[in-house]
Amino acid sequence: MTVLETIAPLANREPSRAWRKLRANKGAVVGLVIILFFAVLAAMAPLLPIADPLATSWTALRKAPSAAHWFGTDDLGRDILSRMIWGAQSSLLAGVVSVVIAVIIGVPFGVISGYFGGWADLVISRVTDALLALPFLITAIALAAFLGPSLMNAMIAIGLSAMPIFVRLTRGQVLAVKTEDYVEGARAVGLGHLDIMWRYILPNVLAPIIVQATLTVATAIIAEASLSFLGLGQQAPAPSWGSMLNVAKNFLTQAPWMAMWPGAAIFLVVMGFNLLGDGLRDALDPREA
Amino acid sequence: MADLPILSVRNLTTSFLSGGVWKSVVRDVSFDVRPGETVAIVGESGSGKSVTSLSIMRLLAPGFSRIEGSILLNDRDLLALSEKEMRGVRGNEASMIFQEPMTSLNPIFTIGRQICEVLTRHKGMSRQEARAETIRLLEKVRIPNAGARFNDYPHQFSGGMRQRVMIAMALASRPRLLIADEPTTALDVTIQGQILDLIKVLQEEEDMSVLFITHDMGVVAEIADRTVVMYRGQQVEAGPTDEIFQRGQHPYTRALLAAVPRLGSMQGRKWPTRFPVVDIATGETMEPSEVAGTVARGMTPILAVKNLVARFPVRSGILGRQTGSVHAVENLSFDLFQGETLSLVGESGCGKSTTGRSILRLVEPTDGEIHLDGYDILRLDQPGLRRMRKSVQMIFQDPFSSLNPRMKVGSTIAEPFVKHKLGTAGQAREKACDLLEQVGLSSTMMDRYPHEFSGGQRQRIAIARALSLDPKVIVADESVSALDVSIKAQVCNLLLDLQQRLNLAFLFISHDMAVVERVSHRVAVMYLGEIIEIGPRAAIFDNPQHDYTKKLMAAVPVPDTARRGIRRNISNDELRSPVRPVGYQPPARTYRHVSEGHLVQIA
Repeated sequence: MTVLETIAPLANREPSRAWRKLRANKGAVVGLVIILFFAVLAAMAPLLPIADPLATSWTALRKAPSAAHWFGTDDLGRDILSRMIWGAQSSLLAGVVSVVIAVIIGVPFGVISGYFGGWADLVISRVTDALLALPFLITAIALAAFLGPSLMNAMIAIGLSAMPIFVRLTRGQVLAVKTEDYVEGARAVGLGHLDIMWRYILPNVLAPIIVQATLTVATAIIAEASLSFLGLGQQAPAPSWGSMLNVAKNFLTQAPWMAMWPGAAIFLVVMGFNLLGDGLRDALDPREA
Repeated sequence: MADLPILSVRNLTTSFLSGGVWKSVVRDVSFDVRPGETVAIVGESGSGKSVTSLSIMRLLAPGFSRIEGSILLNDRDLLALSEKEMRGVRGNEASMIFQEPMTSLNPIFTIGRQICEVLTRHKGMSRQEARAETIRLLEKVRIPNAGARFNDYPHQFSGGMRQRVMIAMALASRPRLLIADEPTTALDVTIQGQILDLIKVLQEEEDMSVLFITHDMGVVAEIADRTVVMYRGQQVEAGPTDEIFQRGQHPYTRALLAAVPRLGSMQGRKWPTRFPVVDIATGETMEPSEVAGTVARGMTPILAVKNLVARFPVRSGILGRQTGSVHAVENLSFDLFQGETLSLVGESGCGKSTTGRSILRLVEPTDGEIHLDGYDILRLDQPGLRRMRKSVQMIFQDPFSSLNPRMKVGSTIAEPFVKHKLGTAGQAREKACDLLEQVGLSSTMMDRYPHEFSGGQRQRIAIARALSLDPKVIVADESVSALDVSIKAQVCNLLLDLQQRLNLAFLFISHDMAVVERVSHRVAVMYLGEIIEIGPRAAIFDNPQHDYTKKLMAAVPVPDTARRGIRRNISNDELRSPVRPVGYQPPARTYRHVSEGHLVQIA
């Protein structure tokens, strides 16, 4: 083991303190519990004793919730509870994967732009400004339509649309951290640019990025629901909360439960991520006692 | 004894709510301020001196703080007043000025308007009256051409001038008591001298009492009638300033006084000398020892700077056209020998930091030559530059921003060693352990993060990191300026120890003349990017030739109560700006030879 191996470029300052602060924050804990609940449910979908989410039944079309179908059935007689649980997979996946895409592309560009300045900064900032001028959802829809309808493409489209926020956020943070003496000190001991960016800049700008990421997960879940609602996300017959809402809109008066469950689930998960994001923001801020 | 105290503080205890429990940060402080008197509260960071002043003005967040005891201002108990009544007291019966003149004025209003506001609010003056009174006040605080500056914004004033504006604002309501919380700490020493003079003059003219909060024993000696010494939230000693300085009872008071660098204390000494160390528990003093015979004169200098020039373009307008240059360093030459300490002294903007950073090529100089340990620094490519960094290292001013907060101190110290491939990971770890011990810390601290250390300890860690490459030259850029006096003395002693043990050469950049006198072999005084006087320490301090050197030394507050009430009568000069128009050619300079190695600029 080398001495330097222990330096993970993660928010590893006072890990226990941040965790303690997060646990003390009731809202954040509620958010975390909600997210964990849905994540476990989605992961366990194949193991749970629930109906086949794709099995149609002509004898049970649009049935209200009952002992046989706790959440009711949809227009093709499929069990909504089962579709909700399977749909959680694609919704959560879409939320997390698209944010990972946005972070993986956006943060390096932001670091380069902020650290080097000059023409690199000029180009990256101008492109980011241009992308930020486009409304998030419109960009996502256009990209998804261009890439073709599928869940993966929807995730890419959402990720790319959310990326400019991370470029700008990271760049701003880097500009602030860059002026700290320890960055100059790292140059003074002869470290290269990569070392400085990786070990001196990145760990110190990560906290606000993590927070922004959790908040963006919520946005991405809504965006995936919107894309699926438009038929650009998860494709029939596979379930996702957005596509379920999409179908349900035609039966709002006859079968309101079809819209109610996915609507409530999206609401809960988004709230969960927002609560967690707020909690993380406070927990990772060293200025807050 | 007719004089009732203006301010009478009894058993003041202030606590803060932290993590659900009340922690007292000021305990049982009692003192009086009588009419026309100046009382100083002196102490190091964390002593509770600022909290005391904020408690008196009740400026602490109500939900998270608790103030107990009694605070009588003109016989009225401030703690019994409602928040609304308190607003009538602040800035009216008692005014306050703060440390940071750069941030304590509202940048979007003119200074005239900000002062008028106080007058119309507290004194019920009409606009015209307030305007006339404001101009009178600005004249009173000796702002040149006051009438014309009424409509200027804070950014158009220098730091010292802004502090004058703050004082004018504090005086607007003719308070009986002025609370000054480190009002000169952020200012350059000549400007500090001006402001101290001003406060003394105004106190006489206005017959007010002053409560002066400071960490600087020199300032205390010069300004205070009586002194309260605070240590860790407690009042350890209070009494007439003379008593405290001559016959301080508490060991802490003596330790504090012993640690204060005194200008002139080095007369008759040949070598840099450690600060005396006082045991705070017993009050016993250990005699300081000299650091003799480290300088390798006569050999090739380890660092030779020739005709160094550093200019930075000033651009303005939409097209970013160059409208001038900051002539940060102009035609600077000096040598530094192994084992020697050369100090660069001067005030803000004199180019001393730029010089230090040019030597490490952290800024790119415009012209000149720097030879360091066989390297021609300004002609090195990237790999060469990296190798060169083994020979010269830097220690920064602020120990709170010079360490990566996300890196354990062991890794921080070992990192340069590992990155320069000077040995295996095991050796790096050993080296880090060894260095931690060398700088007076314990090798068991390797796995802690910087935030777990105090400012002085962090500076030791920064020194250990700088030493991990076994450099020959260390550029110490204001490395002890941000530290408390007792810590400052310890870190200076450490640097001197290291110089003796490792034969290091220091380029010691500082504005603090008293520290410079203590640690240097030679001194160079800088002004507007040029060295105006250079020579052996004794020559510079005992026989200064240049007017600016003399002025600089006269401005330094000395902790000697015999100097109380001195007026420096420094002219209200501003520090001049090193910004010049495009195409400006600096004049050729000539130097006069005063004595062996002592040169002074004459034209």
